[in-house]
Amino acid sequence: MSSPLLSTRELSRHYGSQKAVNRVSFAINKGEVLGFLGPNGAGKSTTMKMLSGNLAPSEGEITINGYDLLTQPKQAKAHIGYLPEQPPLYKELTVKEFLTFSAHINKIQSSKVKSAVDSVIERCGLTNVIKRLIANLSKGYQQRVGIAQAIIHNPAVVIMDEPTSGLDPIQIREIRHLIRDVANEHSVILSTHILPEVQMLCDRVQIINQGQLILSDTIAGLSQQMQSSSLLIELGSPPDHNELNSLTGITQVDVLANNQFRLHYQPEKNPTDMLISNAVTQQWQLKQLTPEQHSLEDVFMKIIQEEQAV
Amino acid sequence: MFTLAKNELYRLFLSPLAWIILALTQLILAYLFLSHIDYYVQIQAKISTIPGAPGVTELIAMPLLNNAAILLLLITPLVTMRLIAEERRNESLPLLLSAPLSIYEIVLGKFLGTFGFLMILLLLIILMPVSLSIGSHIDFSLLASGFVGLTLLLASFTAIGLYLSSLTKQPTIAAMTTFSSLFLLWIIDWAGNSQTVGESSGLFSWLSLLRHYQPFLQGEVHSSDISYYLIVSITFIILTVRRLDSERLN
Repeated sequence: MSSPLLSTRELSRHYGSQKAVNRVSFAINKGEVLGFLGPNGAGKSTTMKMLSGNLAPSEGEITINGYDLLTQPKQAKAHIGYLPEQPPLYKELTVKEFLTFSAHINKIQSSKVKSAVDSVIERCGLTNVIKRLIANLSKGYQQRVGIAQAIIHNPAVVIMDEPTSGLDPIQIREIRHLIRDVANEHSVILSTHILPEVQMLCDRVQIINQGQLILSDTIAGLSQQMQSSSLLIELGSPPDHNELNSLTGITQVDVLANNQFRLHYQPEKNPTDMLISNAVTQQWQLKQLTPEQHSLEDVFMKIIQEEQAV
Repeated sequence: MFTLAKNELYRLFLSPLAWIILALTQLILAYLFLSHIDYYVQIQAKISTIPGAPGVTELIAMPLLNNAAILLLLITPLVTMRLIAEERRNESLPLLLSAPLSIYEIVLGKFLGTFGFLMILLLLIILMPVSLSIGSHIDFSLLASGFVGLTLLLASFTAIGLYLSSLTKQPTIAAMTTFSSLFLLWIIDWAGNSQTVGESSGLFSWLSLLRHYQPFLQGEVHSSDISYYLIVSITFIILTVRRLDSERLN
């Protein structure tokens, strides 16, 4: 089995007495897309900065393609591309000038610079704007230039810090599409606080909170976590509260406003079918029935609470 | 490293600042140059009879270089202020930090780019006295000595400006601190010259950027003066590297 492309061991980072990142260990294999999920201030950006060599870890080590980032930074950095939250651009340059410069500083051979720039322009859909100043581009296009800059030297791992923040929905869709293209050829580490993004793009997800890795799972595993065990219903002529409560499997009934109820049930006994047939036979006039999904916050809360309980 | 220097220089010329600096410096110095010539023409008749009297180079070129040094003291902070402070404000520093470059290469690249710009400015300035050789005899070795002196002076200006720019996020603060530091290092010599200050005066005049520049204008190239400027430049370049390094660590 091949060794992972990028791995960290017991990575920690303190700001004074505050532990921004605390003993985080993980690895990413070739061709994988790893999502880093967490609320604001959880330590996502700090981790990304450490992985890209912008910040030195207080403790722990990072290995990229066999090179230690701390002792062999030049070799290690040649294998990573980094897109910070704010794309690092020289806005007075045109797109082509900027990408040529990035190619040079990433030590691409002079004879290959032109083809590298051309191919990255094509891949990131920048063909129409190559002669425009970066300052005059929309935020979505600036983000594309940022991604182009990160993949120009064909790195093994591309690290992106909240690549879709601050974009409009159409641009978000386009950038996600581009990220998926990038993921076909590179391993990608992506940080975000948007759950659907992770579901769309990633193979594996890690949840980080208060500097600690609290969950590392596949996307399917995360979806499982999000399965809730409650239904939201609205009835035109609701029966007695107790009658609902007596249905098999229902553990608790919350009465909400406007004839709405929230039914909690035991996960293994889903009462939906029975509820529907009862509603028809007893003319409860079912108007709404929604299986509730946990939001990301709920999952966080649940996992965090489990952590504390243990 | 040279890619970075080239990029730095190129971006400088994309902004109007570089062109305005080149044009206005040239304008001011050309005016001074002409007034020096005027003065020389007036006294030429009187001094031509004295054997060993100062010539064109001493009376026109050297005062011009002296003025140029003062003008450059005012200008350098404007060029160096953006070096790192602006990158920090635009958050474009990660681009360089995550590329396979050492911090030495980044700092030296930035230094060389700005130094290159000031050298272009210096070459344009030096063209003025050289143009006198069309109609007169010029002491080229004296001129070369002045040129070397000014080059070294500019290298230390740039290094100091680079360091102060690495300390802050605001280019204007970098400009102000650089200007103050350079000016202080310039006039510290006055304290050194005054009779009232006792023991410390030697140290003050040794520290003065001006004090080490004067011998070059008289055609004296001392290795001690050259070392002074090299030490100042190298010290501040190393300080900049350490500053950027410590930012990664803390």
